[in-house]
Amino acid sequence: MTIGTIAKLLSAEIFTGEELSEKEARTACGSDLMSDVLAFIKNQSVLITGLTNSQVVRTAEMMDIVCIVIVRGKRPTDDMVQLAEESGIAVLSTGYSLFTTCGILYANGLAGGDRILA
Amino acid sequence: MLDMQTASKPHRAKLYLHYEIDGDDFTRAGEASSKLKQSLKQLGLSPAVIRRAAIAMYEGEINMVAHADGGVIDVDIDTAAITIVMRDTGNGIEDIDAAMKEGYSTASDEVRQMGFGAGMGLPNMKKHSDYMKIDTKVGEGTTVTMKISIMSE
Ligand SMILES: Nc1ncnc2c1ncn2[C@@H]1O[C@H](COP(=O)(O)OP(=O)(O)OP(=O)(O)O)[C@@H](O)[C@H]1O
Ligand SMILES: [Mg+2]
Repeated sequence: MTIGTIAKLLSAEIFTGEELSEKEARTACGSDLMSDVLAFIKNQSVLITGLTNSQVVRTAEMMDIVCIVIVRGKRPTDDMVQLAEESGIAVLSTGYSLFTTCGILYANGLAGGDRILA
Repeated sequence: MLDMQTASKPHRAKLYLHYEIDGDDFTRAGEASSKLKQSLKQLGLSPAVIRRAAIAMYEGEINMVAHADGGVIDVDIDTAAITIVMRDTGNGIEDIDAAMKEGYSTASDEVRQMGFGAGMGLPNMKKHSDYMKIDTKVGEGTTVTMKISIMSE
């Protein structure tokens, strides 16, 4: 699924990364806990979160995540947008909740990429 | 303030990087890890090695700001490995065995509001490095040394 498609499905506002709309994202994760994103997530390309601070972008950068979706209509802070621009990460904002956002993307074919922990 | 100096010795393919970490500004934590990532990319290392080093150092950098008063990071890269030494003069870790367990955290509410404090950082640093050592003394500080092998990938 391309970042452009994600933006369309979520009626999202694009704050930075307009030029990345053709970039492919294969998997996604939804979390407000960056500790968990850093510890559990493998090869995810979209981060869906309700958290808005610069560490969200730093975490995405370390994890090679290409797109951040902020939920519930929150806006990214200015330093988030600036950091994301520098790192080539798209930042979108949608009015949907975390749960609904994940549901829409999952229903349209974006995978979770989970490894089930036995 | 964050400061980076690099000195390379091309004949021995060795690179030293030095970073100073401000302990007062949580929003800027991660700048050093971001710079390390860029330097490793320029060296043309594999994405898997770069990601392991970046995640390991980022977790350590967050810890230096969240649990100590910042500090210094020295990174040494040769053809075999990336060695990251992170030093702080914070309060030290009282019980290392507890701190190494997933879920153990003494993080403040402020740190938790930023999305951290799950007690996952130290175990994650161990997971992403091939060697990790913690030297700590209560009241004096903590030094974490991590080695990430370049050959293993
Ligand atoms: N540099 C340090 N100086 C003093 N104490 C530390 C340091 N690093 C870690 N600790 C202690 O070890 C605990 C566990 O660290 P760890 O990184 O695993 O979890 P955390 O930082 O609390 O949460 P997370 O990393 O998941 O955001 C910390 O809560 C803190 O008590
Ligand atoms: Mg930590």
